Amino acid sequence: MKKKSHPLLGLHSLLLMVFIYVPILLIIVYSFNNTRLSGDWKGFTFEWYAALLDNRHVMEALTNSLTVAVISTIVATLLGTLAALSLRNVGKRWKGGMNSLMYLPVVIPDIIMGLSLLVLFSQMHIPLGKATVIIAHITFSMSYVYVVVTARLAGMGRQLEEAATDLGATGWQTFRYVTLPQIMPGIVSGALIAFTMSLDDFMVSFFVAGPSSTTLPIYIYGQVKRGISPEINALCTLLILVSVVLILLAQFILNRGKGQKKHKMLPI
Amino acid sequence: MNKSKFLMVPVLLWAALFLLVPMLIVVVVSFLSRDTLGNVVFPFSLTGYKTFFDSLYLGIYWDTLVLSVATTVICLLVSYPLAYYIANATPRIQTWGLILITIPFWINFLIRTYAWVLLLRTQGIVNSLLLHFGWIHEPMQMLYTKGAVLLGMVYNFIPFMVLPIYVALEQMDKRLLDAASDLGATRWKAFRHITLPQSKSGIMTGCVLVFVSTSGMFVVTDILGGAKSMMISNIIQSQYLGARNWPFGSALSIIFVITSLILILLFNRAMQSRADRAKEGTT
Repeated sequence: MKKKSHPLLGLHSLLLMVFIYVPILLIIVYSFNNTRLSGDWKGFTFEWYAALLDNRHVMEALTNSLTVAVISTIVATLLGTLAALSLRNVGKRWKGGMNSLMYLPVVIPDIIMGLSLLVLFSQMHIPLGKATVIIAHITFSMSYVYVVVTARLAGMGRQLEEAATDLGATGWQTFRYVTLPQIMPGIVSGALIAFTMSLDDFMVSFFVAGPSSTTLPIYIYGQVKRGISPEINALCTLLILVSVVLILLAQFILNRGKGQKKHKMLPI
Repeated sequence: MNKSKFLMVPVLLWAALFLLVPMLIVVVVSFLSRDTLGNVVFPFSLTGYKTFFDSLYLGIYWDTLVLSVATTVICLLVSYPLAYYIANATPRIQTWGLILITIPFWINFLIRTYAWVLLLRTQGIVNSLLLHFGWIHEPMQMLYTKGAVLLGMVYNFIPFMVLPIYVALEQMDKRLLDAASDLGATRWKAFRHITLPQSKSGIMTGCVLVFVSTSGMFVVTDILGGAKSMMISNIIQSQYLGARNWPFGSALSIIFVITSLILILLFNRAMQSRADRAKEGTT
């Protein structure tokens, strides 16, 4: 027996959603506006998107971002999945310890993570570049893979694995043909999240990127500080689109693999 | 059958090297000094910490705390009703509400902040609209003000507040409300004595998330506040990347982390004792 909410509550919620989405939608609308002095609507154009393709800096930043995202995703997915698997047969103490360690990158402010890595790299005399950005991204994104895969492992029973062992499968065979297929949706969606985190990260990259390893968010930051431009609107629109599509995809894969039990949207 | 333990070795090594060691180094650096070239050198010194007690930095730190608290309070006030609405809506609206509130998480905060430049600048959309309707006669200065920074912060962190509160409200045992209404409680009384205490964990998580994230967010002050408004994170950032005074930057970071932790603990304690008192009052 559910009581109807107060109409003012509905109105408030609607207005808040409008408040959240109007600014984002404005960027998207203005990225198609046929004027450089973006005030009024002057007709539809793809000019700013075409201009991005001709912009050497944008293309370079895009290449850097993709390189970093692909490599860091692969390593972070491996590390995060291993961490999740390693905890299956160990006691509570180990689990608690690993959980705290893996939640650390999620809870410490990005700025602290960025500057502490900067100090480390400089003390170890590692020059800042793509490698340092990749290392930093692996460090924060492995946590997200770990969280997703752990949840997936927790949701699956041991019966199938036990059955496989009883039928004479070796440890590796059981893992390869029974465990892995079951946790695959978790691994894939963890990887997609890691990829998005990497593509989107500004704070940490800002500290550990060198002049030759500008990523897209760092490039955007530099441009935004100089004022607005239609090309930046176009670039932001593309980045919004990519992030949202990737995350919805991750969510979809997780839900589909989950069967009847509904999985909550990942909040972080 | 304990082979699987070895699987954690790579992760532990990685986390030790790139998570724990860097933070330890920051602690050490905060107690060192720097030479004229900006290199970090021995001997040990407390100069970094002493510099913080300069009235200039204390003032900026105070401003940071005020801004973070204001952002947290405003976020809580506007987000709670939305979380409540979603948690009590039909399953369809719940699903869509959740999707809509999660999407902004995945849109770069740099972009979300930039959106407000489009809106607030002198030739921006808000000014154009106000002029068009004749409510003002010349453009207002909205960008590069403290108000713009506060607005940008609140805007960025509303989803951080809505989600944890929603989760708490959703998990709450709704039968308690039926029981309360059967026993003759008004809706307000039921909310005050059941819903609100039950959503406490969500409120706490949301507040801590927003508070910590706000104080670290130098980009919002950078983009919406101009050169005038500064937060402690702007100073930290400039000590690292501009002024190259790492001992001072590290000392500031440590003060920043420790005071945040203390404030969070105090806040948790306060919420806890309030809840205890409320419990005593009802029994």
